[in-house]
Amino acid sequence: MSDLRELYQELVLDHGQKPRNNRPIHDCDHEKGCTHREGYNPLCGDKLTLYVKSDGETLDDLCFEGSGCAIFTASSSMLTEALKGKSIAEVREIMDEFIGMLTSGEKVADPEGLGKLAVFGGVKDFPARVKCATLPWRALESILASRENAEGTADGAINSNEDQTG
Amino acid sequence: MDPVKTATEKRGLEFLRQGGALADFPLLRDARAKEKLVFLDSAASAQKPQVVIDAVDRLYSSEYANIHRGVYRLSQVATELYEGARGKVQNFLGAAKSEEIVFVRGATEGLNLLAHSFVRPRVKAGDEILITQMEHHSNIVPWQLLCQETGAVLKFVPLTADGELELDKLPELLTDRTRVLAVSHVSNALGTINPLAEIVRLAHEKNVPVIVDGAQAVPHLAVDVQALDCDFYVFSGHKLYGPTGVGAVYGKMEHWRAMPPWQGGGDMILSVTMEKSTYAEPPACFEAGTPNIAGAVGLGAAIDYVNEIGLDNLTAYENELLAQGNEILGQVPGLRIIGTSAHKAAVFSFVLDGVHPHDVGTFLDSDNIAVRTGHHCAQPIMDYFDIPATTRASLGIYNTTADLEALAAGLLKIRKFFRV
Repeated sequence: MSDLRELYQELVLDHGQKPRNNRPIHDCDHEKGCTHREGYNPLCGDKLTLYVKSDGETLDDLCFEGSGCAIFTASSSMLTEALKGKSIAEVREIMDEFIGMLTSGEKVADPEGLGKLAVFGGVKDFPARVKCATLPWRALESILASRENAEGTADGAINSNEDQTG
Repeated sequence: MDPVKTATEKRGLEFLRQGGALADFPLLRDARAKEKLVFLDSAASAQKPQVVIDAVDRLYSSEYANIHRGVYRLSQVATELYEGARGKVQNFLGAAKSEEIVFVRGATEGLNLLAHSFVRPRVKAGDEILITQMEHHSNIVPWQLLCQETGAVLKFVPLTADGELELDKLPELLTDRTRVLAVSHVSNALGTINPLAEIVRLAHEKNVPVIVDGAQAVPHLAVDVQALDCDFYVFSGHKLYGPTGVGAVYGKMEHWRAMPPWQGGGDMILSVTMEKSTYAEPPACFEAGTPNIAGAVGLGAAIDYVNEIGLDNLTAYENELLAQGNEILGQVPGLRIIGTSAHKAAVFSFVLDGVHPHDVGTFLDSDNIAVRTGHHCAQPIMDYFDIPATTRASLGIYNTTADLEALAAGLLKIRKFFRV
């Protein structure tokens, strides 16, 4: 299982079994700067609600509820830890790099720039699992896009199925 | 080899116990030799025996032309092969006439055909369509679409904790507004074999016709549509060791004759003017366009293959595997089987404490054990058991006890890795 040890590193197992920020934000309201987004992987049943609270400059709080595999749970948990308190511009950069690391054909120049999140680099070798890791990031992407677009603040649902083939 | 033994005896129960069928399946035989593949996903789609591959190859190599059209001999050869396959399906299902068999792309298309041409003309707003909580999405969504279109109401027979249908509820769910009952013969996610004859009897007492989704049943047990008295029976070729893209619908001739066509095109008409067309007799009027000729011929070869071994032998063998599997998997701590009916096909859907099915699937794959993980296109079942997904090991003609032992060993390794 040498390859699998790459995929399921200690960090992933730890966050997969004891996810951080695994809670809802009650009364998540746009007026109060809170947006939530549901995400589904229709083929495997992974489910997520990602909550983001922001003053428009930084992400003050991120948390999630959901059920899914260890890769999905760890990715969601580590997303919330890594991005809390970061500026929206920094978040965008990390998000694009993370999604690029798993879905683009090219090697990411500096995966170390992702810090602990680079642990998910190995997922790319398991195409069927890419969508597990990207689901919370696709939900975040959708939240950021809707916040940017004044009309698009409606809470909706997304899925990361297009990432399936990696 | 004893020359006195007939072919059927040679390829019977003992042949299956020894894993003899594996040698008939080139993909499995070669992959087993190279990487010890253990294939436990036949309920999704079964592997193909050489005889099926050969039949398709032979058709395209030396017997192929379009059917029902040419006066030339080659077209007649192809037509005879295609219609011969219809006869094989007829005998396989115990239908009275081969004209009662309509070829389709698969069970999903068959159910959509019936929703459109059989049920839709019978349904008005407020009428009821009855299905069950154990259906595959393909026997749910066409009915939801029909309900949205007509204002009919979709109702379902609930499940029990063992994954059986709560049949006590059936009589009260069959009302004078019920226009059809659509039910699976065998559940893809649970393995439960439903008591179909009794279900049909109860429905017919209320004059409700019954459509049976037999996609998961035909690879495991002998079907006799006349004994069951069901109105329609639908199945896919690819789960029965046949090619993809072909399946069949059995229907009672009185129903076929009363049904409007579904798709229009060539081969389903008697005459066409610019104003109107008159339609051919069933089954031709339900097979518009050039059909999947090679698929039908391959399906015929698959039916021959299964018949040579004998469905009774196959059922008996799978019952042995089911009992052994329950025992072998029962020794894996923290494993819970979902679907524990006493009447089951050889399907093990399960959850493992502390490890999500997707993680289980990836780890088993690293041991070259192929299983399905997820909701198996049956989300209402997952909701009923309050689980997001299961791991499913589904067995076929080529599996043996050793495959179940490999599965259990793989699961024990996973528990160790995840420290659960």
